[in-house]
Amino acid sequence: MSSKAQNVLFDVQGPRGRLLTLIFNIVGVLLVAALAWVVLGKLADQGQLQAEKWTQLFTARSWNNFFLPGILQTLRAAGLAVVLSVIFGLIFGLGRLSQLTIVRGVSTVVVEFFRAVPVLVMMIFFYLGIGRTGLVPPSETPFWAVVLGLMLYNGAVIAELIRSGVHSLPRGQREAGLVVGMTESQVLRAILLPQALTAMLPSLVSQFVVILKDTALGYIITYPELLASARRLGSGDGNILQTLLMAAVVFVVINFALTSLAQWLSSFLSYRTAGRTKPTTAPAPAAVK
Amino acid sequence: MSSYFADFASLFEQFDVFQAFWVNIQLTFFAAIGSMLLGTVLALMRVSPIASMRWLGAGYVNIIRNTPLTIILVFLVLGVWSQLQINLSSDFNQNFFRYAVIGLAIYHAAFVCEAIRSGVNTVPVGQAEAARAIGLGFLPSARLIIFPQALRGAITPLGNTLIALTKNTTVAAAASVTEISALMKSMIEFRPDVIIAVFLTVAIGFVLIVVPVGLLTTWASRKFAVVR
Repeated sequence: MSSKAQNVLFDVQGPRGRLLTLIFNIVGVLLVAALAWVVLGKLADQGQLQAEKWTQLFTARSWNNFFLPGILQTLRAAGLAVVLSVIFGLIFGLGRLSQLTIVRGVSTVVVEFFRAVPVLVMMIFFYLGIGRTGLVPPSETPFWAVVLGLMLYNGAVIAELIRSGVHSLPRGQREAGLVVGMTESQVLRAILLPQALTAMLPSLVSQFVVILKDTALGYIITYPELLASARRLGSGDGNILQTLLMAAVVFVVINFALTSLAQWLSSFLSYRTAGRTKPTTAPAPAAVK
Repeated sequence: MSSYFADFASLFEQFDVFQAFWVNIQLTFFAAIGSMLLGTVLALMRVSPIASMRWLGAGYVNIIRNTPLTIILVFLVLGVWSQLQINLSSDFNQNFFRYAVIGLAIYHAAFVCEAIRSGVNTVPVGQAEAARAIGLGFLPSARLIIFPQALRGAITPLGNTLIALTKNTTVAAAASVTEISALMKSMIEFRPDVIIAVFLTVAIGFVLIVVPVGLLTTWASRKFAVVR
């Protein structure tokens, strides 16, 4: 994201340009103010601006009984999903780099399949499927459905990250390893993988943002995460608009912190690897979510 | 074994799988147009010389990109529709469909914006400098020189966004739209014994939609690549 390429789009402005900019700035502010006025007017019409509908968001009852348990459930699912998807990604990422055609073929099919299927479809499948196996108590079924769905999809994306990370290393790294007498798999383990993992850390952290966001899909399969608890709180007290807004704010704050960490890692790690540490601005296919 | 398939086949008579997939495709189509328009405007704002526009664009992208799509859709349906009572259509189902399209467009516009911006970064500095040197201002140089090249450079990330959008249309289930994931749920609840076959049908349906889009994107990004 070189800001250089953007600043050349326009020169340092002269008097006329500065005047135009000022006018546009004022127009922009007026537009935003007008929009806010319309929204606030509509809110007021429906009685959504009453103080208690908003102050209730900041009471101990709301946080102790709804927001905090919801955040905890969200983090619990996201945390386990992160660990499992990294393991899944390592296994199939290495599988795709294998020397054996059959291992490579199977891994490719697995990775491409799980990247193409929507996470929600997998979650619904596990939600209704796990219950029939009787492996987990019914109350835990939504949790495992969320974790497994996230693991398969994000694991497949991480497998792709590992593969492209290894491929993006300079060719000389592998050749140098072979020249000093290492085998292909030694080169992979001792030279390529450590550098590829370092290089992909920022993209990996960005993927954790995706995992955290997607735990909200658990709402649809009755997992009591943040969005679901916000809805319960809001529908009880008739201020669902406000509670959902608060849930969104919590998500934005956590994710923004993670995104900033990814950017910092990217500049910090760029000295430690021959690979590119820049997180993919264009996320790997389907990694957008 | 053959009775398993007969059981499974009989499901197709009660549940219109193709109709449900068609809803997803329609959602994708309209939301893609909406997010493309909004995303292009946002990208233009983010590279413009006007500071307030840049902040507005950056703020939009940073907030929307970090919010789960599910929250946006639930917010539109439970907050905007149910609490503020804004109707988008007198038809009950059409109303939810339109809300889902709006939610999907709002969410993916942030990713379209970033895709186009990454495309702008593929345009060499010399192109912009040359445009300025012959006296083009911001909008003319953006319209005539930068964006035509940037859009071609952005085909791959835009294609990825389109694929993500296609898969994310299933989240419209949270906005009470009867699309394929909602239909799959009722199919499995109705006939839990053929759950694997139902899941594979839906999954393969998505593979069949997503893989051609991916191939088309790869082909288009090569075909329209700017030779430098």
